[in-house]
Amino acid sequence: MSWYLSMPLIVPFATAIISYLLRDRAVGRWSSVLGSVVALGFALLLMAQVLQNGIVAGQMGNWPAPFGITLVADYLSAIMVVITGIVGVTIAIYATGDIAPKLEQLGFHAMFQILLAGVTGAFLTGDLFNLYVWFEVMLISSFGLLVLGGKPVQIDGAVKYVALNLVSTVLFLTAIAILYGMTGSLNLADLGRIVPNMDDTGLVTVVAMLFMIAFGVKAAVFPLFFWLPASYHTPTFSVSALFAALLTKVGVYALIRMFTLVFTHDIAFTHTILLWVACLTMVTGVVGAAAQTDFRKVLSFHIISQIGYMVLGLALYTPLAIAGAVFYLVHHIIVKANLFLVSGVAERTAGSTDLYKIGGLYSSAPLLAALFVVPAFSLAGFPPLSGFWAKYVLVKASLDLQFWWAAFAALAVGLLTIFSMTKIWGEAFWKPHPDRVEPTLDLLGWRKWRLLTPIAILAAGTLIIGLFPAPFFALAETAAGQLLSPEAYIEAVLGVTQ
Amino acid sequence: MEAVLAITIGALFAASVYLMLDRNLMRFLFGLTLITNAVNLSIFSVGRLKSNIPPLIPEGERAPIEPVANALPQALVLTAIVIGFGLFAFALILTLRAYTSFGTLQTDEIRLAEPRKDDA
Repeated sequence: MSWYLSMPLIVPFATAIISYLLRDRAVGRWSSVLGSVVALGFALLLMAQVLQNGIVAGQMGNWPAPFGITLVADYLSAIMVVITGIVGVTIAIYATGDIAPKLEQLGFHAMFQILLAGVTGAFLTGDLFNLYVWFEVMLISSFGLLVLGGKPVQIDGAVKYVALNLVSTVLFLTAIAILYGMTGSLNLADLGRIVPNMDDTGLVTVVAMLFMIAFGVKAAVFPLFFWLPASYHTPTFSVSALFAALLTKVGVYALIRMFTLVFTHDIAFTHTILLWVACLTMVTGVVGAAAQTDFRKVLSFHIISQIGYMVLGLALYTPLAIAGAVFYLVHHIIVKANLFLVSGVAERTAGSTDLYKIGGLYSSAPLLAALFVVPAFSLAGFPPLSGFWAKYVLVKASLDLQFWWAAFAALAVGLLTIFSMTKIWGEAFWKPHPDRVEPTLDLLGWRKWRLLTPIAILAAGTLIIGLFPAPFFALAETAAGQLLSPEAYIEAVLGVTQ
Repeated sequence: MEAVLAITIGALFAASVYLMLDRNLMRFLFGLTLITNAVNLSIFSVGRLKSNIPPLIPEGERAPIEPVANALPQALVLTAIVIGFGLFAFALILTLRAYTSFGTLQTDEIRLAEPRKDDA
């Protein structure tokens, strides 16, 4: 029984219960921070285990796979769990300053922790039906977080979010049903052994497409992304940042997992579709961002275009490209969470997220401006920040395969990203405030350091990855190697060689 | 039996898609419950409807003697029903809140989060 596989799941659930019981007191919010730190500690322990022993698999209740419930961590899972831990800690700190006591009494921290548990569970599970259950855990807590406070605009955003996510859930479950009917198994490793050798590739492709649509809605790829910009700008800033960092990435993770482990029977067909999806996602996302005039809406559309890069890495399906996708996942989680946190501070100091109603942040809050520039430039792909390396690897991977137009799309989208980032820069930071107020950071009062510390931590993370990319890239390469040759994964779970 | 189930599932899917295409939020919700049940039925039927003998192993044996029912799809359907029920309850309350906030359930008219250019 490998306790280090289950601890990253148990800790957030325990923290959720504790912080719910303490929700009326100030100590409740610190119990959430402490719980996140402990969860990060266990995530790092798991990472150490994976670094030492390779793929770690555990059978819950000692039922042998493929009959029992399997938790399994390869490099990709371990990396994602660690990054979830980091995001959890930083946003928990931010939430102590951002979330009003009224929302805390409604159970913000409990739902926050359950969301973290759901995300971690989705990364660690080795079983398709459990993946569905973890998606639901994640989904129901994200519904709660999205409508917390009950402002009409939140209700409106939630209607679209809930409707489209429930449709994707139904498709996911249908796909699971058909796949189970075809193979008689739900264990991912077992499926990875059975599905590539099935005779009826046509039927397998149909199921693969169903999974692609179901996860595509979750990951917000073209043309299934409309729920995201309709809802992500409505909840509190902590929630926006948490959603932006983690929720779509679980969809991307599921896509990567299914389309490297299970559906590799007809790469020429499935991954070509993914390639088109990726390029169109990049382009539509960034064009949408260019049309927006709200801080958070611009950022929401950017999530979509950046998801395109990760799917591009999966679609190219070479070791370098997959490593690039993994690297991009990590980079984007850090950067995107950070940008949404910055938008929260901008709203608190300058009074709005509408770019035409704010300004003057550069002259009165230079520290915030500096902290914005780091993730913004990283997102656009300036050296020496993390985004540069992530984009460089993906462009190189597409050039190696001579997909000129994919490389061109990736580079052009990078340029357009700079364009919309300069729009935020020019409107929110550079021009004077239209109401002649000076939005200094002192307006934050006692919240100041609670809000700025997480931003600084994440910015430092971006800088570290950017300045010393080699060890991080080596991790991503190992992860890609494991994904492209899933024999080790199958062996670790089932305990047999093929 | 499989054929009857397959036709039922198809009919349920068709009806729910028809309902979900409606602009009225309430009808969308009914479509959603219906489609959840259609999916539950399809999970049930892919587990092969062979026998209705419970999968119990007699004392002293290591495997069931006669062909027994597949217990796994039933466990899956049970889980899916519970989850689906929870989600439906949430969606219902959300619809109620939307109705009290906006006074309408026509999705075209609920545009607070994404205002048209000429509204703003």
